[in-house]
Amino acid sequence: MTTSTSLVYLIALPLFSAGLLLILGRIADKWGHIFATLVSASVFIIGALEFFAMQGREGEARAATQKLFEWISVGSFKVDAALLLDQLSICFVLLISGVGTLIHIYSIAYMSHDRDRRRFFAYLNLFIAAMLLLVLGDSYLNLYVGWEGVGLASYLLIGFWNQKPAYATAAKKAFVANRVGDVGLSLAIMIAFTQFGTVTFAGVKESASGASAGALTAIGAMLLLAAAGKSAQFPLQSWLGDAMAGPTPVSALIHAATMVTAGVYLITRSNFIFDASPTAQLMVVCVGATTLLFGALIGTAKDDIKKALAASTMSQIGYMILATGLGPVGYAFAIMHLLTHGFFKAGMFLGAGSVMHGMNDEVNMRRYGAIRKVMPITAATFGLGYLAILGVPPFAGFYSKDKIIETAFNAGGVQGILLGGATLFGAAVTAFYMTRVFVLTFTGTKRWDENAHPHEPSILMWLPMVILAIGSVTSGFLLSTGNALVNWLEPVVNESQEHHEHEFLPPIVVSSMALTFVAIGVGLAIFKYRTVPTQAPENVSIFTRAARKDLYQDSFNEAVFMRPGQRLTSALVTTDNKVVDGLVSLVGWLVQTIAGATRAIQNGYVRSYALIMVLGVIALLGAIWMVTL
Amino acid sequence: MSNLALGALEVGKTLTPEAVLFWILAPLAVVAALGMLFAKKAVHSALLLAWVMVTLAIFYIAQDALFLGIVQIVVYTGAVMMLFLFILMLVGVDSADSLVESIRGQRSAAIVAAIGLSGLILSLISRATIGVEAIGLKDANSGGNVQGLASELFTKYVFAFEVVSALLITAALGAMVLAQSTTTKSRTAQRDQSIARFRGASLATAAGLPGSGVYARHNAVDVPALLPDGTPAPLSVSATLEARGDMLSSKPFELEVKEEEED
Amino acid sequence: MDISNYIYLSAILFTIGAIGVVIRRNAIVVFMCIELMLNAANLAFVTFSRIHGNLAGQVASFFTMVVAACEVVVGLAIIVTIYRSRRSASVDDASLLKR
Repeated sequence: MTTSTSLVYLIALPLFSAGLLLILGRIADKWGHIFATLVSASVFIIGALEFFAMQGREGEARAATQKLFEWISVGSFKVDAALLLDQLSICFVLLISGVGTLIHIYSIAYMSHDRDRRRFFAYLNLFIAAMLLLVLGDSYLNLYVGWEGVGLASYLLIGFWNQKPAYATAAKKAFVANRVGDVGLSLAIMIAFTQFGTVTFAGVKESASGASAGALTAIGAMLLLAAAGKSAQFPLQSWLGDAMAGPTPVSALIHAATMVTAGVYLITRSNFIFDASPTAQLMVVCVGATTLLFGALIGTAKDDIKKALAASTMSQIGYMILATGLGPVGYAFAIMHLLTHGFFKAGMFLGAGSVMHGMNDEVNMRRYGAIRKVMPITAATFGLGYLAILGVPPFAGFYSKDKIIETAFNAGGVQGILLGGATLFGAAVTAFYMTRVFVLTFTGTKRWDENAHPHEPSILMWLPMVILAIGSVTSGFLLSTGNALVNWLEPVVNESQEHHEHEFLPPIVVSSMALTFVAIGVGLAIFKYRTVPTQAPENVSIFTRAARKDLYQDSFNEAVFMRPGQRLTSALVTTDNKVVDGLVSLVGWLVQTIAGATRAIQNGYVRSYALIMVLGVIALLGAIWMVTL
Repeated sequence: MSNLALGALEVGKTLTPEAVLFWILAPLAVVAALGMLFAKKAVHSALLLAWVMVTLAIFYIAQDALFLGIVQIVVYTGAVMMLFLFILMLVGVDSADSLVESIRGQRSAAIVAAIGLSGLILSLISRATIGVEAIGLKDANSGGNVQGLASELFTKYVFAFEVVSALLITAALGAMVLAQSTTTKSRTAQRDQSIARFRGASLATAAGLPGSGVYARHNAVDVPALLPDGTPAPLSVSATLEARGDMLSSKPFELEVKEEEED
Repeated sequence: MDISNYIYLSAILFTIGAIGVVIRRNAIVVFMCIELMLNAANLAFVTFSRIHGNLAGQVASFFTMVVAACEVVVGLAIIVTIYRSRRSASVDDASLLKR
């Protein structure tokens, strides 16, 4: 472990920038966005320098730590505010700061007409700071601070245009769903502390082998709950579609590339817990498989381009979560898919934003069509991302997704076949709906509105898209040549222990099967959407209706959680008013009544007072009589 | 007389003569007290209280408190009760309480209080005095009761004695101050009184009431005078006498009305 | 005959006096009942003095009589003053402190 003194700048710079822009207010309107983008770029440069420095070091010295200050010291519970930059964290640092900077540049143009642009950039920087704290924290508690921070930034950014009540409600929904997951993380930290006496990653890693299976499963389940909340996995997935209410750069950065991948990071970081608890791993793969199918099915019926991409994100993260549940060999592939997904999904979101920008913020794909004729750069970059997500070689998704499918099959037995089959089917459906998106938007006949005149955006917008498209093309190849990423991450995820114990099918067979399924999906989509009605058809199958309604996720949540919760609250309020307040007013009423009754004694007549005195004397004598009894 | 005081110096029980005295006078005292309680006229209550006090004086003397017994009669019955009677006369001799009780529940509460109070005190006393034996005042009164009292009073209790004498002086002063009537308006002079009389409701009283004996056939204050037409004049006898029923009839003194007398 | 018979008598007279204070409405009669209570106490004192064989009880009784006399003087003066201003000797008429 090397000690470093520069890690803190990764977090301090964007945090300082966010604070400065918020405090200065309107004064900073003219230069706020430039300043924030420069800060983000400098974070990327520092990250890159750290990366090169790390490559220069060997073995144990690769990881760098920096202790900031002693945070909590209560009895036997000691937690330092410290940062840890190891092989896993640096991947995320580069992804966050790199993609983040590109999106900052994009936002300068995208938000140029918004009078609150400076505030937007402040929140973006705040997000960067929080996300970096999340991945750089050296203990679960430090991670939790970043975890909460990204939740806050997500809330602020989704509800950025909170003049519209629907957007503010969407922000609230995201925050509440996240909160349910946060409970899981808190419980995991608590259980870890009671079991191990420490919450640092190193400490828990050492003690994990000695803990009981029940404790490990519990911690694993709670961490999974937290990951499900943050990464929009089943059962906490309902907020991601609504989160598209935020500006498109937000969707690209937070809800495609970075925040929603925090769950994957958490599980990967806690690999020692999951590796020691097969039950928790089983839960992870179930959640991953369910979500990837769920997201894919929803995506087929969405006419809103952003919501379709959001469903796609949900599904792809399902792939990543599935991979993390497949044992030590799966972690590296999950991270690889995460990195490639960051490129192509962010690229596609920026492309969607560019299309929306040109079409007067219209999001309904049925009003698009043949955009590629007027926006060629957007179509090209979007198309490259589309090919990447399909898994077509040699684009990025091919390398990462196929590896996951392979590893799923290699899990062995019935579980392997089921998971592998699910991933293949998911790939087919992904191909279907992504082709649908592309065909509806960029090809076919013009279905535009009268006053829409789509045009290519400014260089500030298409340059980031091009860079991300280059990433979509090359990143997969670069990460998997010579098992680069796998070897790089090996010290963190202990992969060497179980290395290819069992190969179900040769990789080439798996890839061919995957490509076949993809081709089927693509073909179906092209065939179905030769002609596209401008209004969504009414008489559709029950599946389509269900998919349009997000597979009834909101209805379910409302019926099972919201309504009973509301009833409970109103019952409690009534109880509070009637019983608790009633008790208090009863006391008051009692005092008043007694006082009113005793007031009658004061009738002004001396004789009745004398009588009371005599009665008092009798009471006194009675007492003496009792005592001497 | 002291040593012959009915053999009250025997230790323990008292002798039969004292018992007879007690058992005759005590019920009478209780009856008198109850009568004082329930008498309608205030004067009757005062007189019954005087009776109780005299009985108590007799008891004091029977118990060898000779000085106290005499003081009880002289001071209490003689001075205090006379003071009560004087004030009664000032306030209204015929003042009588109505029997209707104005405060709700007072009567019943008073009955309960009576029973409770008496029951409790009596039972407590009986418990406290079980088997108590009287030492008697034979030794204490060896130099005579007055001498014994004096020696106690002026040695052990001299301070209290002085304080009580200051209290007496204060009480006398207080009574004097309270009895003064503050005159808020100046006394009317003779001329003003005369003017007021002649400006009154009718001239009938302008000259004031006649003195006793005027128009009289009988020279006393308790017989009404006769008006010119032979009827008794209502104003000529004091209202107090009339209320007390001491006014005599003027019939025996009326002249026979004859025709030739009216000129 | 028990010496405590005197004390019983004293107790009964005391009770009668106490009830009289409560029942009677004429201020002077109430005062007289108070006097009755004082006298009953005096009787008890004298009896106790006889029981214990010293004159302390009689001294106490003596002081009680003196103080009672003072009290009667001042009390009756007050009653007369009240009577002069209110023209009524009833205790019930002084009820200005009623609620």
